[in-house]
Amino acid sequence: MYSEKVMDHFKNPRNVGEIDNAEGIGEVGNPVCGDIMKIFLKIENNVITDAKFKTFGCGAAIASSSMATELVRGKTLEEAWEVSNMAVAEALEGLPPIKMHCSVLAEEGIHKAINDYRVKKGLEPWVEKNPHSHEHEDMTCQH
Amino acid sequence: MGAQRTIYMDHSATTFVKPEVANAMIPYFTEHFGNPSSIYSIARESKKAIDFARVQTAKALGADPGEIYFTSGGSESDNWAIKGVAFANRKRGNHIITTQIEHHAVLHTCQYLEKEGFEVTYLPVDQYGLVDPAVLEKAITEKTILISIMYANNEIGTIEPIAEFGAIARKHKVYFHTDAVQAIGSIPIDVKAQNIDLLSLSAHKFYGPKGTGALYIKKGVRIDNLIHGGGQERRRRAGTENIAGIVGLGKAIEMATADITGHAAKIRSMRDRLINGVLSTISHTRLNGHPEKRLAGNFNVSFEFIEGESMLLWLDDEGICASTGSACTSGSLEPSHVLLATGLPVEISHGSLRLTLGDANTEKDVDFVLEVLPKIVKKLRDMSPLFVKSGKEGSCNVQ
Repeated sequence: MYSEKVMDHFKNPRNVGEIDNAEGIGEVGNPVCGDIMKIFLKIENNVITDAKFKTFGCGAAIASSSMATELVRGKTLEEAWEVSNMAVAEALEGLPPIKMHCSVLAEEGIHKAINDYRVKKGLEPWVEKNPHSHEHEDMTCQH
Repeated sequence: MGAQRTIYMDHSATTFVKPEVANAMIPYFTEHFGNPSSIYSIARESKKAIDFARVQTAKALGADPGEIYFTSGGSESDNWAIKGVAFANRKRGNHIITTQIEHHAVLHTCQYLEKEGFEVTYLPVDQYGLVDPAVLEKAITEKTILISIMYANNEIGTIEPIAEFGAIARKHKVYFHTDAVQAIGSIPIDVKAQNIDLLSLSAHKFYGPKGTGALYIKKGVRIDNLIHGGGQERRRRAGTENIAGIVGLGKAIEMATADITGHAAKIRSMRDRLINGVLSTISHTRLNGHPEKRLAGNFNVSFEFIEGESMLLWLDDEGICASTGSACTSGSLEPSHVLLATGLPVEISHGSLRLTLGDANTEKDVDFVLEVLPKIVKKLRDMSPLFVKSGKEGSCNVQ
């Protein structure tokens, strides 16, 4: 069902944990829906120098969190904002259609953490270009 | 990590075919392959074999051989019982009573009948999955033609008070069907004493082959055919008989019901050690189903703060075959309808694990699961944001 890459990131997840005094934290999902992701970002001079996560969810949710944190590390906030759910899914060598929402959740988690940082800094939060949240609700969970 | 061997703990999903059963079947593929409807001698061998299997099956249920009809399995038997009785008794009434925890073969059939103008009452269950006989009796109306309640639940293993339901159905002159797919070989069944009018069973749940089942139809029950065609099964179920499958079912049910009490005691003892081991070593767990009134091999447990599919993936990595009530494995969007019907919160239903023991298991298997499961749960909890959040409170605290 899952690609080797997904299984690798599920069984050996990168960047599990929390960052003390993280500059940006984003929590998305809902335990009622069966998945929740919490993303922690360390941000120095507009660059993500560390990214960690904690996730409650299925294999795809854990692998997506792992891959998303890998993809945004070392990137500027502008670059990290452009990391789409498709980029996460492609880096994982694909996800089953019913599990695509897990990559959406990862993208949303990163975005939320970046905006958390921006708001704390007194900056305007960036606006989602393609809001997925409703799609996520409709496609995967009625709650 | 990496699987050294396979530990099969999913006997409620299906079972291996016992060598004695497979050996009994083989001649009916290669030698006695004649169509039982034909006149020549090899065909008579086939017919004889089916008649023998019918006697074996009837004996296991306390039925008469003439009341046993072979089908393609549990789903066909459920469909036939419910649609057949519904359509044949339409003039008497259009009301059917079933429960919220039935197998989808029953639930989806009832939903289909609702579209056809029938009214269906889906009885609730208590926290253990038990249906209250008093609630059943109250639900009966003048239009009720059929009650369908499963003997034992496939997910949480709860055994229903079938004889009480049978007595109520008899009192109100309503047909009573039970899906006994999980019960055969685990609980002694006597269709006459328990007032059962129709009973579904499936061979692959008791070490027989897949694709073979039976429906017991008490003599005199008004029921339409489901499969129309030739005159097989005394004109009740068309289609050339699956001879080898039927022979396998007969042999398997004979073996499974030879010593139900002794066999169940052996499985139960392993299962109880597993339950006690898991509940005593892992915190924030809940046993789903009834503590005593449950199938001997069934263990269904919820681990808070983690999700079932990730547990199954890790268990599979250790060679352990199990299943979950989480939505994430089934392709559906909702967790188990059975767990939700017992009142288990949705988020905790996602963290459920079902281990069903049977003849493939040994005490060593239990030891191994008890060794690896706590590590898997810890690993997943360590990366779960809910575990930290909840602290010692033991609740997700989220609606």
